[in-house]
Amino acid sequence: MLCESCGKNEAYIHYTKIVNGKHSEVHLCEECALKHYDLDTSFNVNNLFTGLIDGFKDKTESVDLKCELCGLSYSDFRKIGKFGCSKCYETFKPKLEPLIKGLHGHNIHRGKIPINSSSRIYLKREEDKLERELVEAVKKEEYERAALIRDQLKQLRAALEGYGE
Amino acid sequence: MTKWLEGPALDDDVVISTRVRVARNIDKYRFPSRMTVVESDQLTEDVLRGMRDALNDNYRFIRLRDISPREQAAYIEQHLISPHMVRRKDISSFLVRDDEKATIMINEEDHLRIQTLFPGFNLKDAWELCSEIDDKLAEHLNFAFDESWGYLTACPTNVGTGLRASVMLHLPCITMSKTMNSLIEGLREIGLTVRGLYGEGSEAYGNLYQISNQVTLGESEGDIIGKLNKVVYQIIKRERNTREYLKNNMGLELENKIYRSLGILSYARIMTSKEAMRHLSNIRLGWEMGYLRSENIRNIFKLMIRIQPANIQEEFEKDMSDEERDIARAKIIRDYMKELEG
Repeated sequence: MLCESCGKNEAYIHYTKIVNGKHSEVHLCEECALKHYDLDTSFNVNNLFTGLIDGFKDKTESVDLKCELCGLSYSDFRKIGKFGCSKCYETFKPKLEPLIKGLHGHNIHRGKIPINSSSRIYLKREEDKLERELVEAVKKEEYERAALIRDQLKQLRAALEGYGE
Repeated sequence: MTKWLEGPALDDDVVISTRVRVARNIDKYRFPSRMTVVESDQLTEDVLRGMRDALNDNYRFIRLRDISPREQAAYIEQHLISPHMVRRKDISSFLVRDDEKATIMINEEDHLRIQTLFPGFNLKDAWELCSEIDDKLAEHLNFAFDESWGYLTACPTNVGTGLRASVMLHLPCITMSKTMNSLIEGLREIGLTVRGLYGEGSEAYGNLYQISNQVTLGESEGDIIGKLNKVVYQIIKRERNTREYLKNNMGLELENKIYRSLGILSYARIMTSKEAMRHLSNIRLGWEMGYLRSENIRNIFKLMIRIQPANIQEEFEKDMSDEERDIARAKIIRDYMKELEG
């Protein structure tokens, strides 16, 4: 079914409006649905976390931030709950911290990093890992292993200095 | 069709399949929802070039705009692509490996969704293959990545690892014992979600449930996979225990239910997919509990996909009304049942 507002896109939002006892059905695509804000959509995940965003309203900010790469404004993001490009993360960063913490319970990525990403990030991550392993080895009194890890750490830190750390 | 379901399957008395996917985006490009066709063609070209250099296996490349809506729906029913793909048919495409165990979706919600699918319970292989493809592509493509937030994704619910691991389970006895809701609540409390056969918002028919991680940031991929692995083992144990209990306490009623379903599947002339799924689930339980022995019942999940609306129409190579489909479905199932022995 096509969107009845633009007639171009597939309709994804279907709802029944009841105004003064009169029923009418509405079928819209996502884009047009956003323009009709009177839309009281049923429960979906988007609403859940855009709700979360609203929960962290700014007291000071009155200017609407806008991403220079994709043109998405922060108020658009609040409505749709999706970013327009990866630069949005940088643009909206201060506002996103509480949202992301709220969604995941964490603020720091602990997983993989892209193989070709700047080696500095890679080395930093390795350093953290080795430091944790070192503490672990000492705790278990595995001193030989600890010595090995310490040597690796030394090399790594030398490499990091090369990156101006 | 559904080649990915072939090969050895672990714990397949309870687990149907295992799926892992990661979301990746390419730096400097706008996300698919805000992208023009020109930008998308450029990005698709970049990805295909990267793929040619990175991957040795054979992949088929398909653009959504080049195939019919029916074919698109059939791929979704086979789980090779996600329902989200059809939102931007003008820009989305995918690559599927010859054995169908790996798909790379281009311009879904994110630029790339790397997905691996395995029969049975196999999080380890599914993750390793997915991660390997990810690493190979990363050598040729510049992924959007932030030091503290990890891989950047269109939706903040995927940021970090971009990883969603999910296991599809057949849980007829937990469902029968009416403890499914409390299980779902318990899983939610530890950060896992439960969905039906076709993902978000889909109904859990055929007693099939997908269990997956919710959190993608702050835990490593190994932690996420490890946790899911442990929890799924607990659920497998619980389903097996419940089956044992039901067999000992109401074996005859169970047997009756299984054979009645076998009768209906073997002789009915008209069948909706919902009804078919219910009976197919029952006879699959019959195999799982040792009442029925045919290998064909073991592979019933393939049939479950084959009788979904778009796949039926693909098989008959024409558009069909609901009624025509219900008749064709009953026929496919009847023919399949004739092949059963034991």
